[in-house]
Amino acid sequence: MTDAAKLLLKVSDLQGWYGESHVLHGINFEVHQGEVVTLLGRNGAGKTSTLLAIMGILAKRTGSVTFAGTEMIGMQPRHIARLGIALCPEERGIFSSLSVEENLLLPPRIAEGGLSIERIYDLFPNLKERRASSQGTKLSGGEQQMLAIARILRTGAKMLLLDEPTEGLAPVIVQQIGRTIAALKEEGFTIVLVEQNFRFAASVADRHYIVDQGKVVDMIPNSELEQNTQKLHDYLGV
Amino acid sequence: MFELLGVPPQVLLGQLLLGLINGSFYAVLSLGLAVIFGLLNIINFAHGALYMAGAFAAWMLLHYLGIGYWPALILAPLIVGAFGIVLERTMLSRLYHLDHLYGLLLTFGLALIIQGLFRNYYGISGLPYQIPDLLSGGHNLGFMFLPNYRAWVVAASVLVCFGTWFMIEKTRLGAYLRAATENPILVGAFGVNVPLMIMLTYGFGVALAGFAGVLAAPIYSVNPTMGEQLIIVVFAVVVIGGMGSIMGAIVTGYMLGLIEGLTRVFYPEGSAVVIFVIMAIVLMIKPEGLFGRPA
Repeated sequence: MTDAAKLLLKVSDLQGWYGESHVLHGINFEVHQGEVVTLLGRNGAGKTSTLLAIMGILAKRTGSVTFAGTEMIGMQPRHIARLGIALCPEERGIFSSLSVEENLLLPPRIAEGGLSIERIYDLFPNLKERRASSQGTKLSGGEQQMLAIARILRTGAKMLLLDEPTEGLAPVIVQQIGRTIAALKEEGFTIVLVEQNFRFAASVADRHYIVDQGKVVDMIPNSELEQNTQKLHDYLGV
Repeated sequence: MFELLGVPPQVLLGQLLLGLINGSFYAVLSLGLAVIFGLLNIINFAHGALYMAGAFAAWMLLHYLGIGYWPALILAPLIVGAFGIVLERTMLSRLYHLDHLYGLLLTFGLALIIQGLFRNYYGISGLPYQIPDLLSGGHNLGFMFLPNYRAWVVAASVLVCFGTWFMIEKTRLGAYLRAATENPILVGAFGVNVPLMIMLTYGFGVALAGFAGVLAAPIYSVNPTMGEQLIIVVFAVVVIGGMGSIMGAIVTGYMLGLIEGLTRVFYPEGSAVVIFVIMAIVLMIKPEGLFGRPA
């Protein structure tokens, strides 16, 4: 990350509500092109809500979210997606009435420059073996997570929002997902990663934003993580 | 000729054919209901009225504009589908955030209004619609007489049902539809215009009803009450097959038509209620329907 890198996503004083319940109280962060940035925080801190508010799925929101200079507050999710942002949701969102291959091919292409199917199968060899599988939800948890990431890579979206991709997965699968994220960074994707597993976050990210009670309370570059271990433990309560 | 349980085969096969004809209408109508329920979560009570409107559209095209059966088979469903899209845009779309019950009430009200309007203008004695020349007459198959038009109805309904099933289960468009049925928010977040899909799906579902109406016009007379008689049975078919199951709606439609036909042969008194008896039994044993997934 350098200051010269292009500012891609800028979130300023983002507030959000589920009905009457005020869950985001002022989220501020920036992501530059080619960066991997994490949102770290405890359960219920507002990390997932932040991603949903960026996508417009959490519709009741104020403040400012710009992507490559375009203001997205007030836009519908489908229009936000077409700007080049793709979400991999926490619950993975694999469709049970679709085959593995249908799941993979479902998200429409929104721009040139997505990964080819060959490259995707190269990154996720398991999916190639299982592509004829009748039901997407018959896959193992790890394979479902791979599928949820894989299907947003061929659409041409430049920014990926990954919501806890390691949740509930075996260590060996977590390592595989870590290698995948590193490979995606190499491919030029910009990634916002929501995590609770800070060891995993430290292994893949450039910078970390700490989210607590609906606010971004701190930013720690990955290179300064060592010096800030104690602070981080206080924030995350681990 | 052999006899089965004292029933001459002509009678048996005749009733089975009649059952298959009824089953064809059950299948096409319950298919439309299942498609609509799947994506919109609305129990479309206006389905019978729109089936009737399809038959009337064919009659009006002929009577006022001189447009015959074959063009009407395309035009009437398009007219009914377009009307359905207007209903969806102006009324149904305002109810999606509410309980299913409101969609049911709205479409029930619409059904009453549509039927009332037609009854007011055309009475309830029914209007005749000629079988097209190409399909008049029939064939003697040796063991029974098969009217050409009835054979066509069965063939056309099988074709439309299979085509719809294929489109939903085997194509990319169908994959969007199935995905949006499961999780419309996520599909929207992939950049798909889900409201447009919902609108077109409702239009397509009611166009199927309109198509069934045109098929029915030469068999039953064109009558404002033809939909309300049929729709109650069709709802029972949908419940038996399982809400939202495409294949379930089709198979159950034909199957129940045949069962109804058989009942008419062996126990005529029971033929009017057999479908409802089956519905009650299915609801007790497998409440999600024969082809439904447990909720």
